[in-house]
Amino acid sequence: MVKRQAENIIVVKDLVKKFGSFIANDHLSFEVKKGEIFGFLGANGAGKTTAIKILCGLSSPTSGKLTVGGFDIYTEREKIKKNIGYMSQKFSLYDDLTVFENIRFYAGIYGLRKKEIEERTKVLMEKLDMKEARDKLIRSIPLGWKQKLAFSVAIIHNPKIVFLDEPTGGVDPLTRRQFWDMIFEASREGITVFVTTHYMDEAEYCDRVSIMVDGKIAALDTPENLKQQYLAASMNDVFLKLARAKVN
Amino acid sequence: MSAIQVTHLTKQFATVKALDDISFSVGHGELFGFIGPDGAGKTTLFRILTTLLLPDEGKASVNGLDVVKDYRKIRQDIGYMPGKFSLYTDLSVEENLKFYATVFGTTIAENFDLIKDIYVQIEPFRKRKAGQLSGGMKQKLALSCALIHKPSVLILDEPTTGVDAVSRLEFWEMLKRLKDSGITIVVATPYMDEASLCDRVALIQNGKIMTISTPSEVIKTYPYVLYSVKSDDIYSLLRDLRQFPQVHSVFAFGQSAHVSFKEEHAAEDVLHKYLQEKGHSDVKIGPTQATIEDCFMELMNTKW
Repeated sequence: MVKRQAENIIVVKDLVKKFGSFIANDHLSFEVKKGEIFGFLGANGAGKTTAIKILCGLSSPTSGKLTVGGFDIYTEREKIKKNIGYMSQKFSLYDDLTVFENIRFYAGIYGLRKKEIEERTKVLMEKLDMKEARDKLIRSIPLGWKQKLAFSVAIIHNPKIVFLDEPTGGVDPLTRRQFWDMIFEASREGITVFVTTHYMDEAEYCDRVSIMVDGKIAALDTPENLKQQYLAASMNDVFLKLARAKVN
Repeated sequence: MSAIQVTHLTKQFATVKALDDISFSVGHGELFGFIGPDGAGKTTLFRILTTLLLPDEGKASVNGLDVVKDYRKIRQDIGYMPGKFSLYTDLSVEENLKFYATVFGTTIAENFDLIKDIYVQIEPFRKRKAGQLSGGMKQKLALSCALIHKPSVLILDEPTTGVDAVSRLEFWEMLKRLKDSGITIVVATPYMDEASLCDRVALIQNGKIMTISTPSEVIKTYPYVLYSVKSDDIYSLLRDLRQFPQVHSVFAFGQSAHVSFKEEHAAEDVLHKYLQEKGHSDVKIGPTQATIEDCFMELMNTKW
């Protein structure tokens, strides 16, 4: 899906992160291309969240060279934050604010003007078919709507990259697919998508997938190539082969 | 007598009907799954079964004991693992287990056989505070604590949510061993692929049970002939398939799309030609078996 010659939007070289004697990220090296849907998989505790926090400029690496959106992770963190979006299953929207208040809050943080916010809200409500919910509290709307809204809010400032940390956990299968339609669309518009998931069918939708095992990247390729390489019928089997190997 | 008997159970929170006239029964020694997304009503149902919440209407019993009248007796009979980690985070692994054993008037030694397989995996960390365990280890400790008084019915609320594919598989292997020892297990999960590991499942959505059956029966009742369609570009494929006039449903399933048609004779070659005209290459179309997820989405569409 992604043009092979597309520029690199994330470059990670020899990323190491230690907590005391524990090595959470052990010499990670990879690149992500502009507009790519990059699946970042791994078992619980493999070091995914640590790496994502570093890429988002929320935590400092112990060593390594990293650029995100063309900005240096050590010296240009604030620029990185302006150019990325973030959404997780655990937290994304404020329950006791309305739909519109949440949009205004996030868009305001990213410096959108009042008029722009009004306009984008209107377009968004149309697109998500949520016009009647505009002034309802987030806590009163269904989970599926929340997740779709959270994603839209995460990219409301047109970021170069959006980080999605288990965005579809617990949602119904229909919403899960609608959510991926939105991911495809964002990618078509040039937004790079960096996504973690425990649903292995979703790994198949990614342009490329990396699988972390014990702080290292154990495999990185297109789903098709990974399946061939590991003689597996599905990404689920690839994952089991790689992640189980370390358990036993 | 069933292990669990529920008739016309209803529970409302403000304007939301969390449970809407639910009836089912679970046999002794059965592994019964509630499959549905967040907000379907699974947790409300489990809280009523574990005597932590009163129903508005309807009846529920565990081992013949009424959840309202006989709540004290029921609590001795059931083990409950809530969806949210609820052990004492500032007590160690060992202390938590000892605490739960004591509360139920037993000792770790007395029922150690039951939890041995699970507990040995976290025993190296027995001095560690529960709050400092990884997700997988917390899950094993919570299961050990739920089992330490040797309950006859085990109720597990989304034990595998947020858990990676390997740990999920291992968890289900543990459940299978517990089932073999005669314990009745009721488990809730949002992962449709876990349905096939249950004896029977209830598909639940918006407080209603859409269907109850064995996983293979659920699949058999899928009303359409289902095709798997592949091309070089899944995104355009999904969009183009939705435009195809005879199509009933189109859903992404990994690298392919599952497609059903309004009328069975919407032949493969017509679709093949249509997709080629739309510029797709490497088009592959073939019949495929419906999954629980196909059935769930079909039921969502037709009933809600």
